[in-house]
Amino acid sequence: MKTIRIGSGAGYSGDRIEPAVEVAEKGSIDYLVFECLAERTIAIAQNAKLKNPEAGYDPLLEARMRAVLPACRKNGVKIITNMGAANPLSAARKTAQIAAELGIGSLKVAVVSGDDVLQVLLDKDIKITETGAPATTMSNVIVSANAYIGAEPMVKALAEGADVVITGRVADPSLFLAPQIHEFGWAFDDWDKLGKGTAVGHLLECGGQITGGYYAEPGRKDVPGLGRLGFPIAEVSEDGTFFITKVADAGGMVTVDTCKEQILYEVHDPAHYLTPDVTADFSQITFTQEGENRVRVSNVTGHKRPDTLKASVGYVDGYIGEGQISYAGPGALARGNLALDVVRERLEICGVETSELKFDLIGVNAIHGDVLAPQPEPTEVRVRVAGRTATMAEAVKIGNEVETLYTNGPAGGGGATKSAKQVVAMLSALLPREDAIPAIQFIEA
Amino acid sequence: MKLFECAHSRTGDKGDISNISVIAYDPKDFEHLVRHVTAEKVRAHFEGIVKGDVVRYEIQSIGALNFVMQSALGGGVTRSLALDPHGKCLASALMAMEIPDRAA
Repeated sequence: MKTIRIGSGAGYSGDRIEPAVEVAEKGSIDYLVFECLAERTIAIAQNAKLKNPEAGYDPLLEARMRAVLPACRKNGVKIITNMGAANPLSAARKTAQIAAELGIGSLKVAVVSGDDVLQVLLDKDIKITETGAPATTMSNVIVSANAYIGAEPMVKALAEGADVVITGRVADPSLFLAPQIHEFGWAFDDWDKLGKGTAVGHLLECGGQITGGYYAEPGRKDVPGLGRLGFPIAEVSEDGTFFITKVADAGGMVTVDTCKEQILYEVHDPAHYLTPDVTADFSQITFTQEGENRVRVSNVTGHKRPDTLKASVGYVDGYIGEGQISYAGPGALARGNLALDVVRERLEICGVETSELKFDLIGVNAIHGDVLAPQPEPTEVRVRVAGRTATMAEAVKIGNEVETLYTNGPAGGGGATKSAKQVVAMLSALLPREDAIPAIQFIEA
Repeated sequence: MKLFECAHSRTGDKGDISNISVIAYDPKDFEHLVRHVTAEKVRAHFEGIVKGDVVRYEIQSIGALNFVMQSALGGGVTRSLALDPHGKCLASALMAMEIPDRAA
């Protein structure tokens, strides 16, 4: 039976690069997939593209391509990635240019576009899921709308001989499903196989999160070699059976427990994991350790795909100002609390206009509120004040009022920092499938 | 005993929704978790943080529960004022929950 190996090259935009090279060189893989697009990355990339028409793709695209193209060419590995972000065409041109510089000839780079649905969202005045309001009611603040596209255009690009496929917004697991459909000739309505192939994608899309990353607890859940964590590899057969593994001498580990944590990551109802390709069903899934760092995944299936596509909608949502300062030694907690009271009073005296404020003591209640009290009292605390404002000028004032604690606040405040930023936040909408028409073009080096 | 003594956990985020898995190290403990780690208890554990409903899914084949918590991330990862906007730390915080010892 035909079997292919798919390696993960990144679990997010800023991820480590050497593990991708390691997988390309030593993983005996056929495909290397980089998943680099978080929810709001495209909205931010869209802003970059408005300022510079050549920009708007992943900031690490160039470094990644330089690092992996030689090994991929040598070992016949094809690359699939959503590093195109808001500008896959420009990303493809850059990739072709890098290939030429490296002396890698006749590289066929496919560009998958069509995920940008901003115009149709506004033209049809489609409803925003979270608020129920029509899109045009926020047209003055919307900066982007991108539909999650499925595997089909990537499969087509591979069928036409692409060595590298660069996309914008596509569903994360679809990046991994596409080569399986292409290699095994699965039908686009073979829901059982598409469900299995989607599980492959879901387990691999966060890179090191299944090889021991985001898992270690010293003493209880020890993981060897986090400093040189290996990225995962899936070995998939034509009938949809598959194993998760890694390069043998890479750091980390693949165990039944690392797999169990990742299969439920960012999943709601495990029987209905929705993608543009299929409704995957993980509700009966089982994992079996079949060797060191080798886990068999079984009992996954799928059902008919959803009728609509999800789009993520980016909008400018005001500004956030923040300031922090530390207190230590006996009475640190009391001085931290006094500092918060002082900032509260200052923001009032100065009339800083905020719509929401948060007062934290890092090390005490910044993560889990006041539900779990620290015992014993901490020897150091970090004061943090954050607030939402309508303008940058107001946001800046919040950090300033924390910083002035140096000379006006409790004893021994140190290490003050401050920041203010514009917030690009995300909402979502559901669109009829025909509103996102994928397009493919090729750039050759 | 504390939950971390028999289970491990991971948090994921989508918008303003947080999900937390609770996975028995030993599948034999799964029924114990089903009985004692209810949606109501999880909601109470995160009082003041989780503002919406908590729904529990049981995945018996891997001895795991999955809690889906609405309005849990300060308005959503991309706009939250929280130090940990993704709520990545919530799984570890849940592991501090007290549950009855297993029957001898």
